[in-house]
Amino acid sequence: MIEIKDLHKSYKMGSNTLHVLKGINFSVEEGELVAIMGSSGSGKSTLLNILGMLDVADSGEYTLDGVPIKNLNETKAANYRNKFLGFVFQSFNLINYKSALENVALPLYYQRVPRKERQERALKYLEQVGLKEWATHLPSELSGGQNQRVAIARAMASEPKVLLADEPTGALDSTTSYEVMDLIQKINDQGNTILVVTHEDDIAHMCKRIVYLKDGVIVEDKKVKQVRASKYV
Amino acid sequence: MFDLERWQEIFDTIRKNKLRTFLTGLSVASGIFILVILLGFGQGMQNGIAHEFEEDSATSVWVWPGVTSKEFKGLNPGRTIQLRNENYTSSLALFGDEVEYKSPRIFVRDVKVNYGKEALVYGIQGVSYDFQFIENAKMSEGRFLNYLDEVNTAKVAIIGNKIKKDVFKDIKTPLGEFINISGVLFKIVGIYSEREDREEERIYIPITTAQQVFNGGDRINNMSYTLPVMDNFDEAVVQAISFKENLQAHLQQVHKVAPEDTGAIQVWSALEEAKRYYSLTGNIKFFFWFVGICTIIAGVVGVSNIMLIVVKERTREIGIRKALGAKPWSIVGMILHESIFVTAISGFAGLIFSMGLLEIVGPHIEVDYILNPSVNFNVAISTVLVLIIAGAVAGFFPAWRAASIHTIDALRDE
Repeated sequence: MIEIKDLHKSYKMGSNTLHVLKGINFSVEEGELVAIMGSSGSGKSTLLNILGMLDVADSGEYTLDGVPIKNLNETKAANYRNKFLGFVFQSFNLINYKSALENVALPLYYQRVPRKERQERALKYLEQVGLKEWATHLPSELSGGQNQRVAIARAMASEPKVLLADEPTGALDSTTSYEVMDLIQKINDQGNTILVVTHEDDIAHMCKRIVYLKDGVIVEDKKVKQVRASKYV
Repeated sequence: MFDLERWQEIFDTIRKNKLRTFLTGLSVASGIFILVILLGFGQGMQNGIAHEFEEDSATSVWVWPGVTSKEFKGLNPGRTIQLRNENYTSSLALFGDEVEYKSPRIFVRDVKVNYGKEALVYGIQGVSYDFQFIENAKMSEGRFLNYLDEVNTAKVAIIGNKIKKDVFKDIKTPLGEFINISGVLFKIVGIYSEREDREEERIYIPITTAQQVFNGGDRINNMSYTLPVMDNFDEAVVQAISFKENLQAHLQQVHKVAPEDTGAIQVWSALEEAKRYYSLTGNIKFFFWFVGICTIIAGVVGVSNIMLIVVKERTREIGIRKALGAKPWSIVGMILHESIFVTAISGFAGLIFSMGLLEIVGPHIEVDYILNPSVNFNVAISTVLVLIIAGAVAGFFPAWRAASIHTIDALRDE
């Protein structure tokens, strides 16, 4: 599903160059649930941003679902993001003046799905994350866990090839974190490919594979026995 | 533009950001409002000044004799010039082709006027039948003097509407009634109305009657003419001035007055006076336009400012939308679409409100030199369009900048 070869990325910080990714080789099969771990500054968020086409690599190859991702301009990137990717962010990134339902329906708007169908599909995904009754509520009226579930529903609504989650539990307490991870595991059970960036060990062990990043290189890549989050809920 | 989905998205956004929308709209609407009111009053002043000149025919030229102040051809200064019938006929013989209406006038003095037992204290003037058009008098009843009255020295009188109201209020119509002027009975055949009351306090009788019956001889007090109306104002002024100068030169020659002694025979042209006022109103209009354009610029700056803030406030939202697959152009389009919509609606609201105000209040304004302030609808519409376009252009750059911010940077924006 994802193929990365010799990926490099550096940032200019004034006169210094900060080499963040120093040749990443990495691939993800369909249906995998991968945790990307590392301390802050290890390059895990940069990697995720490149995978999410929110950022462009300096060199290296990136193939997503057989499509080589290169020569990206904003319009093309937007197109790919809309077609291939769903995002879950640490800070939810919901639009605060839109209700839960409208937030979930928004990616479908950019897929030019008609309004009625948009709302039906959004409601279906809200139901999946257990928030059907909250459909008309604004993000400010929901708890953090609920907001993250709305964000996951939104990411799923466009039926992406890959779900990218950047510290999805970073802003949540542990009980809520496990609820969110339980949801992510269930989505993965349905066959969806998911990448989770985290620095929490327990969250990482709820995935099926852990990739350790340190100073811009992968230091360890291992399959783990998945811990079901439902145990803790 | 006709994308229904886009419209729904925009209405959603507007509905959920009422304050922001209201403030944007208010600045646009007030800009238009101020501009239209200013332009309206500019027009009102022009109307008011034009109105002051409508009392007499706009092209009239008047000759008033005076007293000489210079010695000329052995004649002493201080001579009083007396116009006579021959001056009038010779002026027509020379310049008759150029004039449209003409009339001499004599003021009948030292007479007693009675209606029944009531004494009337109104001025009596002997005039020719064209005088109605020179004075711009409107006949409200009966007729004005005519040619036959003049040749037959008929004993008929035309009275002003004010006299009718003052003296003849008890009877249905003064037409056919007789007034007694120093023992001679004159039949009232017409009633005229003018814009101002004091101009209605006159009794007109045929000039021939005035001269023969009241010892006028061939004396006349002044002469008046009107020139044909021309489409081109400047040409009309040139023509009026040349007519005035030729007439003055002719009369000065006949009466042996020094050419530079303009006080002895004064010729006054309404057009020449009007030109001064027209250039004044031109300046006033220019001033109002200047202020108006400054107001528009202020409005544009205000709209741009608000657009800038709106875009800044929405940076994170733009990031989210882009992460979800919005293309940069669709972001720019959405922001512009919304701002143009808000600007247009509030611009037209300001326009309708201000024009309504002018329409309702305008006709009731009774101040000298301001009459019926109103604004040309096309001008008003174009200013609204200018403001909308300017708002769109002003909104474009921040919107474009916001759309080109890196998505991750936009998402980090707090």
